Amino acid sequence: MSASPTKAKAGAEKISVVVSAKVPVNDLVTRFEFKRQDGGPFPTFSGGAHTVVEMNDAGRTRLNPYSLMSDPEDTETYAISVRRDDEGRGGSLFMHNFVNVGDQMNITYPVNLFNLDLRARKHLFLAGGIGITPFVAMSKQLDRIGGNWELHYGVRSAALGSYAEELSTKNPNKVHVYEDDKGEAIALEALLNGQPLGTHVYVCGPKGMIDWVRQTAKQAGWPDDNVHFEEFAAPQPGEPFEVRLCKSDRTITVGEHESLLEALEREGVDAPYLCRGGACGQCETDVIRHDGAFVHRDHWLEDEVKASGKKIMPCVSRFVGASLEIDR
Amino acid sequence: MTIQFNDETFRDDYTFRNSDWAVKRFPFPFHEDSYMYSVNMEQHRGGPEGSVYEKRFDVDEHYVSEMKDRAIVLADDPLRCQSLPHMTLAGWDLLELIMVSKSEDYPDLFELHRDGNTWRWINKPLGIDDTFTFLDETTLPFGPMEYITRQSQGDFAVLDQRDDMLWMDAGMVTTQADWSLDFDIGMNFFEWHAPVPKAHEMGIFKRALKFLLNIQQGAPARRLNWTMTVNPLLDTSPENYHKWGIQKTGLTAENIGQKQFLRVELQTFYRLPRSNALAFPIRCYLIAFEDIVSVPKWGRRLHRVIRDLPEELATYKGFIDNRPKMLDYLSQYDDGLPTSPGVWPDLDTEPALSK
Ligand code: HEM
Ligand code: FES
Repeated sequence: MSASPTKAKAGAEKISVVVSAKVPVNDLVTRFEFKRQDGGPFPTFSGGAHTVVEMNDAGRTRLNPYSLMSDPEDTETYAISVRRDDEGRGGSLFMHNFVNVGDQMNITYPVNLFNLDLRARKHLFLAGGIGITPFVAMSKQLDRIGGNWELHYGVRSAALGSYAEELSTKNPNKVHVYEDDKGEAIALEALLNGQPLGTHVYVCGPKGMIDWVRQTAKQAGWPDDNVHFEEFAAPQPGEPFEVRLCKSDRTITVGEHESLLEALEREGVDAPYLCRGGACGQCETDVIRHDGAFVHRDHWLEDEVKASGKKIMPCVSRFVGASLEIDR
Repeated sequence: MTIQFNDETFRDDYTFRNSDWAVKRFPFPFHEDSYMYSVNMEQHRGGPEGSVYEKRFDVDEHYVSEMKDRAIVLADDPLRCQSLPHMTLAGWDLLELIMVSKSEDYPDLFELHRDGNTWRWINKPLGIDDTFTFLDETTLPFGPMEYITRQSQGDFAVLDQRDDMLWMDAGMVTTQADWSLDFDIGMNFFEWHAPVPKAHEMGIFKRALKFLLNIQQGAPARRLNWTMTVNPLLDTSPENYHKWGIQKTGLTAENIGQKQFLRVELQTFYRLPRSNALAFPIRCYLIAFEDIVSVPKWGRRLHRVIRDLPEELATYKGFIDNRPKMLDYLSQYDDGLPTSPGVWPDLDTEPALSK
């Protein structure tokens, strides 16, 4: 129809915010709180949603997704928790070292790729480490609407258990914390077997934990639709590689410490994205020709499609080889 | 501007009329002289002043009468409004979206006063002034979705999003082009689209679903769909086919200009905040053939589109039998001159009929 021929921009809508608090939670984790610059209310959101935070790191734009952990009904403040990753590409280090109260930043509207199934009779949350953040928001939302939830939370030690104490104190009958350094672990099989019919299980944590939960649930006969997980793959550094962009008619080089998506953006090529973590499918790009091997790191493409070499997810995946041509 | 609301009917004596204003702002759906299904989606971020695209929820001269017609349909058949138990939160989301949008976009017609969870809603055209507690169903006369959609033009489907799929788990459907909520409730995107010809093979539904799953808060989208209706009937439901189906046989060369209507749906898509559900308002606009041909460009174009439309589409849309009569009538308004691109009437620049 084209009543107003505005072209969709990549990514979700942005909101300009001011950092209103920077709170050390423990040695590794810091909470950041945001208020809107225009003083207006934030949109409410659904538990499990994330926001993409835009960082201006010495002229280089970094866009990292973080789960929103504030109360979804709180329209004054948004909060995220950032775990410092000393080996990572630097987004979390930038947040820890250079972002301070009073700084202005852009974040996106909430995007939910890990939503509650509101049909569930019971919501069983399994968290590992910083994977606790979406469950903080989800439990607050369920408390408001009278939902039944239970949390099992694995932490390295009491000292590194972000929000563990707070959550247990507030919900002594619902929260179970397992401290790794004391040899405690979730008795997963027994836990899954003891759930009432209509329970949905949600897992967020390191990849190993997600795989363990999915496999154990499968073996115990849980339907796939009752097992929910969110796995943000962070882009990993790798050997630089060249890409020919067919639509834009030029060739660019993806540097060691940037993703293909970031390289496209640096070159001013409008490339779609939402999650930047290989989960949403939005950045899917056709491969026209290639001579070499893909390093697929997304959770979106089916294994056969990955093997076919016809698609790549530029937000997290890379390429090693002689030549690559994509449809951008 | 203030709107003069018509007192009119969409049944029995059919007193429905479009004013000149309504004709000129009609959402004519054809941007070129031919039509085929496509993933014709764009952002829903306003449009030219006065157009039906300008506001989030367009309110026009038919508002009050359309709401009376909805109440008649519901009294007769309460199953036109259904909401599965897990969709109540989405109903509140929809209520908030509509109340906030309408009170901001039409402050002279609607007011919303919020004090925490105590909300006062004033709907002047319908004479409503209610105070209720947000998220407490016991404080409203209906469930939240039913309450607000009894006050909003157009049908509403509210889709739950689970497992990379959309599910039709709630809706208010009384002005539909021959489909039934009671039949489709609980179905998924591919199931309820099963009767549509050609589009599946063209891969349209796969791409459309992917687009819809990724619609985000703060970034609504829209598209148009269209069909044909004899007499200005809002409720062309399968449930009532025995009442309206036979009216299609009553077209004559003399009455077709007044009795044959182009029916256009302005469909919008909103991600809802708390439930992460997708709201799908389907707003129906009707225009008589004689009003369409009063715009020379639209008369020329409609003739060409109807003439060249593939048979499967004319059959699915239910006007294959009447197509010859339509073409006899419309051909009088097609002088073969070229038409300007785009959907707008272009009254100042397009030549008058030279025939
Ligand atoms: C979630 C939102 C949507 C809902 C609830 C919905 C619902 C429906 C329903 C109930 C029908 C009638 C099917 C029947 O004959 O029983 C229909 C028809 C159709 N839908 Fe959708 N639809 C949605 C989104 C879309 C989108 C995004 C497209 C984009 C291409 C689309 C394309 C069509 C087409 C081409 C038809 C046939 C219409 C005609 O020729 O008159 N739909 N839809
Ligand atoms: S941006 Fe979501 S998969 Fe790449």
